[in-house]
Amino acid sequence: MSDQMTTPTLRGPLLSRYAECLVWMARYIERIENLARIVDVTDGFSRQDAGESGWLSVLNINADAEKFFKRNVFANSGTVTNFYILDRDNPTSIANAITQVRENARTLRPLISTEMWQHINVFYGEVRGLTQADIAPSRLSGVCAMLKEGCQMHTGITEGTFFRDQGWIFYAIGKYMERADQITRLVDIKYHTILPEGQEPGSATDVNQWFAVLRAAAGYHAFRRVFPRDVSPGAVVGFLLLNHAFPRSLVLSLQQIEAYISQLRSGYGLHGGLAALERLDDLRGRLSEHTPQSIILVGLHEFMDNVQQDLMNIQKDIAADFWPVPDVA
Amino acid sequence: MQQQSQSTVQPVASGGAGPHAGLFEGYDPGKSFCELLRPAGASDQAIALVAERLAAMPLDELRRRSKVAETELFNLGITFTVYSEKDAIDRILPFDLIPRVISAPEWETIDTGVQQRVAALNLFLHDIYHNRQIIKDGVIPESLVLGNPNYRPEMVDFAVPAKTYVHVCGTDIVRDDEGQFLVLEDNARSPSGVSYVIENRHMMARIFSDLMQGLRVRPVENYGMRLHEALAEVSPGGNNPRLVLLSPGIYNSAYFEHVFLAREMGVPLVEGRDLVVEDDRVWMRTTAGLAPVHGIYRRLNDDFLDPEVFRPDSQLGVRGLMRAWRAGNVAIANAIGTGVADDKAVYAYMPRIIRYYLGQDAILQNVQTNICGEPEGLKYTLDNLDKLVCKPVGESGGYGIVIGPRASKAELEELRATILSDPANYISQPMIQLSVAPTLVEDGVGPRHVDLRPFAVTGEKTWVLPGGLTRVALRKGSLIVNSSQGGGSKDTWVLEEGGLA
Repeated sequence: MSDQMTTPTLRGPLLSRYAECLVWMARYIERIENLARIVDVTDGFSRQDAGESGWLSVLNINADAEKFFKRNVFANSGTVTNFYILDRDNPTSIANAITQVRENARTLRPLISTEMWQHINVFYGEVRGLTQADIAPSRLSGVCAMLKEGCQMHTGITEGTFFRDQGWIFYAIGKYMERADQITRLVDIKYHTILPEGQEPGSATDVNQWFAVLRAAAGYHAFRRVFPRDVSPGAVVGFLLLNHAFPRSLVLSLQQIEAYISQLRSGYGLHGGLAALERLDDLRGRLSEHTPQSIILVGLHEFMDNVQQDLMNIQKDIAADFWPVPDVA
Repeated sequence: MQQQSQSTVQPVASGGAGPHAGLFEGYDPGKSFCELLRPAGASDQAIALVAERLAAMPLDELRRRSKVAETELFNLGITFTVYSEKDAIDRILPFDLIPRVISAPEWETIDTGVQQRVAALNLFLHDIYHNRQIIKDGVIPESLVLGNPNYRPEMVDFAVPAKTYVHVCGTDIVRDDEGQFLVLEDNARSPSGVSYVIENRHMMARIFSDLMQGLRVRPVENYGMRLHEALAEVSPGGNNPRLVLLSPGIYNSAYFEHVFLAREMGVPLVEGRDLVVEDDRVWMRTTAGLAPVHGIYRRLNDDFLDPEVFRPDSQLGVRGLMRAWRAGNVAIANAIGTGVADDKAVYAYMPRIIRYYLGQDAILQNVQTNICGEPEGLKYTLDNLDKLVCKPVGESGGYGIVIGPRASKAELEELRATILSDPANYISQPMIQLSVAPTLVEDGVGPRHVDLRPFAVTGEKTWVLPGGLTRVALRKGSLIVNSSQGGGSKDTWVLEEGGLA
């Protein structure tokens, strides 16, 4: 084996700005995929019993309600899907997320593979080309599928073509940071979705909604395999947050982030990342003290809120270490 | 589909369609020299073969492939961006699939001519920033050099490594009605376009490989490596200096080219904010802290490079860069202050500059240029205003140019007065009947005017990329090849001796 293969520290340094852009490019792609999943599951809710109230919960889990109602009177399928898919004036829309992906990819063009760039460039064109007609109720699910597939194609191309040095690691950190954040929001969506009158937690409607959340996270069949006969909310929450094998679970994402940061330190001789590792350790410790039932008991929403706050701080720790804001001379 | 299209082009010379039949039915270059359909007898065998293969191709097939190429350029993002208030619009430089072919002997003239010119430019720059012997010897007026806005007093007495100022030079060349190559302009600051030279070739390899089959076309792929080598030669940092490409960033219209070059050179593409000067050394900000930088290929104008020395408001440059450069701790390519050498007024003196430093006649002629600052030039110009193109020397971008044959009597009288009020600010040139190349246009394949920009890379020695950017004026009769005014580009094939495999 050559030296270069055994000692990655010999590989060139990575510009701080590139590291930052890689994290954000990965985060925005992951965000688009998850937003598409959330819209898709809400679309399903609203067609069943929950009615239009599901659309309000999408705004709540993303803390967008205030911004939304400045320009909209009603939260329904038309207004909320427009807000999240097409609206270029909404910074949290997919139309803007894809712009962010492409701007970051443009900056990263010297680093990423031509195939990654080309796909992002074409995907950007498709997403920015979506119109009101495309998000009509009859076509919404198809658009969500298109968005998910675009992101998955990106993931596949990246896996198969992106050079595995530091850049790859920062990309992966970004991806899992966003995935961790998004799973907490997806779980939270159930908290905000009001059950129809007369339906208790654990009722048929309630269980159906939990299954829809599982489907949105592509976890339904795996869940069935692990819990063939358990349909309790606790089991679903436990699966989504704490299962070590489910690729979108919170603990799996946290594990990955931790492993990748450690790899930066051991494999590339970087000194940063300690603060983030400490915070991750702390968060994982707190999670291991909980069962799904105790999380629900503490309050699912508050718990998710706290995890989101921790993740924000971890992102800040990483930024401070690897792309510090230069001192102004 | 693919198989069908392959069979439409004959892989070897055959009878049947003559050069002016088929695709070229009705093609008439008029008085212009045609780059592809040369006068009988004079044509290179390989060039004739290209013409013959094209002649046999149905127009629809050419259009189909052209459409594929256009889509690919968009998808690959080989675009320049035009910003409006709300949107960023990506435009491609239109690409014409019919290549411009240059024979080996023709290339020999361009190659040696460009090398000679670059040598003279570098000697000239070294001289005017040191002894100014050429001024003392009265070859070029002092005011033209020292009064030039691109003259940089900061460069006086600074010895650049290998005395190379112009590491990358783009020489704009046209051909007159007899096929003679003439230099129109030197670009010694930050010439762009080389990315298209290489991307156009890749595109041709994907879409038109059957046209190139059996021809020995010289490769252009090693440009990035050669540029890296040349910059390493003039950089400190031992055998393995760390080079970077300095770009104004993703909003610059030439950003694609910056990306392209950084990739081809295998170096990071940095912006000013990625670099910092400490202790007269240049560093880049990395995830592991500051890392040393030894050489910078900058695609940023002089003005913006270092707010400490030039524009103090520049956010794009690096504070202290000039200090680090003068301390010999970093190489900068191209050097600062080269703009004085590629200026329109200095251009007129280039044949004399070449003779002065090299004791040789220019291999590539200038377009005949009358210098109004000299009595004979002024008299000739005023006597022939209606036949000449008059250009103010201090302007760029075609501003203030008057084309005599297309101007009214009143305009010519006004021009006469303007020239007389400041003769030194004017040059005049005859109108050149630019060469044409067959080009796919709306109503078929027609002759369109072309120019050529070869790229020369200089470290310790000069190397000219065998190829160049052929720009084509897509509007009928237009002489203006600029991308902003309806220009496109073509792949440029430089043939090996003999040309056929």
